[in-house]
Amino acid sequence: MPIAEKDVTWVKPPKMGLLERLYLPAIAQGLQTTLKHMFGKKVTQQFPEERPQLPPNYRGVHRLNRDEEGRVKCVACYMCSTACPARCIDIVAAPSPWPDREKYPEVFVIDELRCIYCGMCEQACPCDAIELTSLFDLTGLSREEMMFDKEKLLSVFDQTATKGEDPIRTKSGRLSIASEPNV
Amino acid sequence: MHDFQFWPTLITIAVVFGILQGTAGFLVYVERKVCAYMQNRIGPNRVGPYGLLQVLADVLKFLFKEETLPKKADKVLFLLAPVLAFSTALLSFAVVPFGATEPAPLPPTPPAAMMQSATPLEKQQQAAIETEYQKKVQEYRSTYQFVIAPNIDIGILFIFGISSLAVYGVILGGWSSNNKYSLVGALRASAQIISYEIPLGLSILGVLLITGSLNLERIIWNQAEQGFFGWNVFIQPVAFLLFMTSAFAECNRLPFDLPESEQELIGGYHTEYNAFKLAFFLLAEYVHMITTSFLMVILFFGGWHFPIIAGPETGWFLKLIVFAGKVTFFILFYMLIRWTIPRFRFDQLMALAWKVLIPLALANLVMVMIVKEMTWPEWVLLPASLAAVVVAGAFALNAPPRPRVAPRGD
Repeated sequence: MPIAEKDVTWVKPPKMGLLERLYLPAIAQGLQTTLKHMFGKKVTQQFPEERPQLPPNYRGVHRLNRDEEGRVKCVACYMCSTACPARCIDIVAAPSPWPDREKYPEVFVIDELRCIYCGMCEQACPCDAIELTSLFDLTGLSREEMMFDKEKLLSVFDQTATKGEDPIRTKSGRLSIASEPNV
Repeated sequence: MHDFQFWPTLITIAVVFGILQGTAGFLVYVERKVCAYMQNRIGPNRVGPYGLLQVLADVLKFLFKEETLPKKADKVLFLLAPVLAFSTALLSFAVVPFGATEPAPLPPTPPAAMMQSATPLEKQQQAAIETEYQKKVQEYRSTYQFVIAPNIDIGILFIFGISSLAVYGVILGGWSSNNKYSLVGALRASAQIISYEIPLGLSILGVLLITGSLNLERIIWNQAEQGFFGWNVFIQPVAFLLFMTSAFAECNRLPFDLPESEQELIGGYHTEYNAFKLAFFLLAEYVHMITTSFLMVILFFGGWHFPIIAGPETGWFLKLIVFAGKVTFFILFYMLIRWTIPRFRFDQLMALAWKVLIPLALANLVMVMIVKEMTWPEWVLLPASLAAVVVAGAFALNAPPRPRVAPRGD
């Protein structure tokens, strides 16, 4: 249905005055703005030397947490790989060698190139075993290199847990409290 | 007048072209730095201290890129275009003074030999004037002039002639690439440069009328003799504005860079160029920028003259410094404008040239002619030209609105 003529309001651009018509004052104004920025404070971060201040809930590379005995916390329940929208988590479960749980992950591989870093695996995990860290500058020379297996993910935990930037965040799990000896 | 001296000229050419090309390369770095500072960034700072070796890195990159030729390009013209663009840009610098210069002494009038019915006393006076003149000529010949071809009486005309050849580089490059984007860029360039050459030429006619010479050394001298307020910019501010605007358009610099607007035309006329052929085009653009900055300083800002610091009697070094300082200021101004004003639409570009710049230039020319004819003092031109601008603005204020284009299908 076309719009009725009475519903239409024609808006005209405001009429220009003499000063605006001369065009030069406007240019001078523009130059003033750019000059101000020229001597203003710079916002550049010199990356490799200066590290960015990331927010505490930054979602970077994953890690697999360890419990206080140094074992992998994961119980291979497949909750994370089910929740994963990118389907980048591959788990193979096996009977646990330890008495306090039924299963443990024999293979736990995350394709870091396929992952969209949404953090839903972390939300889904019932025992705080998988978490996202603040590591963001991961690089590799091949696709295979970017498939992070269990050892690699555990080593990410060893790297980050003690640094202070990435404390264990979620506390809803039933299993051990891990890596926080004083709690 | 000035005998051609082979070795000094050759050395001057070598030094000037070397410095010119080095500066043009360096200006790429300056441009990036200025742009970065304006956008609150730091800019290139990784190669060498403060990123100063970036120039070297850029040149090496251009050198080591693979030379490619589009399959359907017109090979000869395709290779000729960058050479033409670059060589014309350099050639126009031949008559531009870049340091201390003085005009050649004028021959005494009337010459002694022409006087038929001269008394012995008069003949003696004439002979004295003649010897004085010869002495001045000797003195002039013995001093080094900071220009490749000194005492060219058609100076500015030569520059305009050569710089209008520069458009061939752009047109041939766009045409021979056999690429639609290149062709559109080239067509825009031809229309734009031809349009803007008119106000460019008209705007300096006033200056030439006041000086009475096309010789660039004499134009500088004329301003220097009259001191700070003798600079042409104080006598003809409108002419300076028109000249600067047209020069921006001639150099294809923003806000008039339609021939190479990357958003619409990828790279415009140099879309198909790479490696050192592209570097030639870019260098030509920067050399044009340097040349026009020199021209602005020479024509309107007194060349090497600066009150207190450098007058007609000071040494060459100070003059060189003053000249370089002024030119640097204008080059930086070019960059400042580039990152401040957005690009014009094509119809706006044409309207600016034909409806604003050319009428204003004509009005300015008529004003200068009236003042010269009536032998009024030259400072009258300052308020007169300002008034001309305001009147032009008032005209635009009362212009009838553009007819609204009727919607289709009615």
